Amino acid sequence: MADLTTDFLGIKSPNPFWLASAPPTDKEYNVRRAFEAGWGGVVWKTLGAEGPPVVNVNGPRYGVIYGKDRTVLGINNIELITDRDLYTNLEEIKRVKADYPDRAIIVSIMVPCEEEAWKAILPLVEDTGADGIELNFGCPHGMSERGMGAAVGQVPEYIEMVARWCKKYYSRPVIVKLTPNITDIRKPAEAAKRGGADAVSLINTINSITSVNLDTMSPEPSIDGKGTHGGYCGPAVKPIAMSMVSEIARNPATHGLPISGIGGVTTWRDAAEFITLGCGNVQVCTAAMTYGFKIVQEMISGLSQWMDEKGHTSIQDFMGAAVPNTTDWQYLNLNYVAKAQIDQDLCISCGRCFAACEDTSHQAIAMSDDRTFTVIDEECVACNLCVDVCPVEDCITMVALEPGTVDPRTGKVVQAEYANWTTHPNNPAATAAE
Amino acid sequence: MIDDGVLMNSPYTPGIAAQRLGSDELAKNFADLHAPLDRHEAMVAADRCYFCHDAPCITACPTDIDIPLFIRQIATDTPEAAAKTIFDMNILGGMCARVCPTEDLCEEACVRELAEGKPVEIGRLQRYATDTLMAKGEMPFTRAPSTGHKIAVVGAGPAGLSCAHRLAVLGHDVVVFDAMPKPGGLNEYGIAAYKSTEDFAAREAEWLCSIGGIEIRNEMVLGRDIALDDLEKDFSAVFLGMGLGGVNALSVEGDDKGGVEDAVSFIRTLRQSDDLSALPVGRNVVVIGGGMTAVDAAVQSKLLGADNVTIAYRRGRDAMSASRYEQDLAASSGVKLLFNVMPRAIHGNGTSAEIELEYTSTEGGTLKGTGETIRLPADQVFRAIGQTLHSDEGLTLEGRKIAVNETGRTSRVGVWAGGDCASGGDDLTVTAVAEGRDAAMDIHASLQG
Ligand SMILES: Cc1cc2nc3c(=O)[nH]c(=O)nc-3n(C[C@H](O)[C@H](O)[C@H](O)COP(=O)(O)OP(=O)(O)OC[C@H]3O[C@@H](n4cnc5c(N)ncnc54)[C@H](O)[C@@H]3O)c2cc1C
Ligand SMILES: Cc1cc2nc3c(=O)[nH]c(=O)nc-3n(C[C@H](O)[C@H](O)[C@H](O)COP(=O)(O)O)c2cc1C
Ligand code: SF4
Ligand code: SF4
Ligand code: SF4
Repeated sequence: MADLTTDFLGIKSPNPFWLASAPPTDKEYNVRRAFEAGWGGVVWKTLGAEGPPVVNVNGPRYGVIYGKDRTVLGINNIELITDRDLYTNLEEIKRVKADYPDRAIIVSIMVPCEEEAWKAILPLVEDTGADGIELNFGCPHGMSERGMGAAVGQVPEYIEMVARWCKKYYSRPVIVKLTPNITDIRKPAEAAKRGGADAVSLINTINSITSVNLDTMSPEPSIDGKGTHGGYCGPAVKPIAMSMVSEIARNPATHGLPISGIGGVTTWRDAAEFITLGCGNVQVCTAAMTYGFKIVQEMISGLSQWMDEKGHTSIQDFMGAAVPNTTDWQYLNLNYVAKAQIDQDLCISCGRCFAACEDTSHQAIAMSDDRTFTVIDEECVACNLCVDVCPVEDCITMVALEPGTVDPRTGKVVQAEYANWTTHPNNPAATAAE
Repeated sequence: MIDDGVLMNSPYTPGIAAQRLGSDELAKNFADLHAPLDRHEAMVAADRCYFCHDAPCITACPTDIDIPLFIRQIATDTPEAAAKTIFDMNILGGMCARVCPTEDLCEEACVRELAEGKPVEIGRLQRYATDTLMAKGEMPFTRAPSTGHKIAVVGAGPAGLSCAHRLAVLGHDVVVFDAMPKPGGLNEYGIAAYKSTEDFAAREAEWLCSIGGIEIRNEMVLGRDIALDDLEKDFSAVFLGMGLGGVNALSVEGDDKGGVEDAVSFIRTLRQSDDLSALPVGRNVVVIGGGMTAVDAAVQSKLLGADNVTIAYRRGRDAMSASRYEQDLAASSGVKLLFNVMPRAIHGNGTSAEIELEYTSTEGGTLKGTGETIRLPADQVFRAIGQTLHSDEGLTLEGRKIAVNETGRTSRVGVWAGGDCASGGDDLTVTAVAEGRDAAMDIHASLQG
């Protein structure tokens, strides 16, 4: 069986599945059971500075987006950092780490943006024996109003400054957790690197309102008639998270900076995808909150089966494998020409492809009186919309035209050579092709 | 084979006759009761599972398969991993997926049965997973280093095979003695044909033995070719999984007439026939009994082309041990279910022509005839009123079965038993598998000292 052992910043864990800093990692009782269930590591629920802990709302903290069978697609939350005493948390972390030396324990921290605050908490965290720290620069609600969390994460200079303090007062690896509530994710990642951080983790949750109650006119979750934006997470945010991860992985300024991938990881496949985009491991919150700790068993069995099938013996084998294939639009091959093709044996004549193409795309599907649907190659631009809306798997496929054949739409011969926008004659800024 | 154009007989041909239906119709009748799910159907079915905590379906499965986990593994497109989860607990998960009365077991307990009356299709999903892995010919287990122990298993039915496989995995060598020419027990000779198509029982037994270390010796009968004393001497431990070889007699007048037969032997012949059109069946068939065997004999008679098939059961519908689902299956196949009647006599000149039944009522817990009788035409009468232990091998009995504790230990040290021949549990394939597995674990523990 494939070896799932992961070495992230020198921190070893039996598998790449860590629980993200959130309610599942809020206390010793949970973390012990998470380890028993098989999780490779945890990032402890974010600790705040010494003193009276934060308070959470006493009404609903979560909003949800469902599929029609009440499948949880996305959750939003307005929870804050830990509302338990700092010292209680520290003692628990120390005890659990001592009992589980082979699992990773990372301590998430969020204290005010002052050197003294970090100088005060870091030695306490160091003393727990935890494997590293994660700086929560991501929480988008409540804490950000107090100048912490996303309020720091949105200012690259602050990130750099705090990362520097952490490297100064703490000897083990420092991970900076990034907020997605920012226009260009590369900037905070670069700042983290400049500050000396050993890695970044992303994404934290996304600003969101999941729904509005049309009777009370309050956004949900509603606390006594009022709501606020919360942090969105779960399967729905995965595409956004993966794009941000890939930006950091292929940015020359941060390429090679270790990444812990977070956002919607629910199955082994999600994890594999994040890892191919350059992540050294993944963190999970919503899937555990939806299905319980046991869900990691499927992630472990699925990832090892896939690795065995592909002949990967270690996580390293495919880490970052998709990064070289992630590029800018301008470098995509404009000489590649495909056409949609409908398998008439599989087609159930629903007409969805026709409606989509006829009304909103390129009028490239013909419908006969007996409801036979065929692609008009003269019109098809290979946009893929029909494939996306067809209810039958593999019924419509995209078939590449062989070089040397004529594209009936343009009347031009398909070229074998790669050619992109940078050299295209229609591009006013085109550089002459060699 | 006879094609439909030149059939010699029809359902209306009097007496017991072959070729009542053409081979096309027979092939249709005896095809898979539930067609296998394709990948898309399996994904949709799997998506309905809630991944319940401490799931009630697991508790309801006699082999404790981690159902939510295997269904999740199907949902994430790793049916092979799902199969491994199933086989970890139940190495005959492929057969169980086909024959388990899921409506009384896992699916009855499913929370979506409670919520919507539509359980997650656990049995069919189990089949999808196990079929996928078995089609690859993979045996997902390896053997532990040899322990040097050799263990005797009597009976190659579900109990014996499950026990043998687990022992082989644990590093023991196993010799399985079976009375019949083929392994599988009732999987091979008893289960309804439309539940185990395409020679599945034989393929499964072969796949199971591919673990290595299991030698099957066929046509070796305990009490005839081998003796328990010798097995005890020659092997480190003995497991008895010989099922119920005997059949209860009807003990009514005319029971010895031609056309009166044990349902299990009729089914055995049917299961081993490679040309169903050559198999004779009555025009008017009456089956006596109320269990799965009665239903299977009746349904398969109907599918062979019998004109009228009746199940005559001495108590009411609720007391029938065949599930409501099985009863409905019989009814929808055209079998008539007659309740509260018991056989009085079988009439006919040498061979059965009519059966005389008396209506019953239950008073103070005892069943009594009411005196009112009816007669039904009956060219063929099947006895399906239960099987019995063939030989007790001098072991202590509990009721009419070998007494065992919860790990299968019998009254004799070094001898374990499980499956239909042993006390406790329902007479089901899945129960036999669980008992064989648990006995293997206990044998292993006892040999480790
Ligand atoms: C007609 C019929 C239909 C059924 N349908 C279903 C169903 O749909 N679903 C379900 O769950 N259960 C069903 N059952 C019950 C199920 O088949 C049994 O519970 C199960 O097979 C018991 O397994 P076993 O290993 O204990 O015994 P068996 O399957 O009976 O196997 C016993 C084995 O021991 C061998 N043997 C017997 N005596 C000796 C001896 N003296 N020496 C050597 N070998 C010996 C036999 O040849 C046989 O191979 C059905 C039973 C019958 C009869
Ligand atoms: C209820 C809740 C509380 C959270 N609290 C924290 C926190 O204290 N610190 C933190 O860094 N992230 C926190 N997060 C964000 C998660 O760690 C994670 O980044 C996010 O949920 C995305 O991952 P997912 O899609 O697997 O849930 C929280 C998320 C949720 C749902
Ligand atoms: S959407 Fe798919 S199934 Fe429906 S008509 Fe088009 S090709 Fe056929
Ligand atoms: S073995 Fe039978 S009872 Fe158990 S889960 Fe499978 S189908 Fe259900
Ligand atoms: S009870 Fe039903 S829904 Fe719940 S885990 Fe079992 S199969 Fe799934």
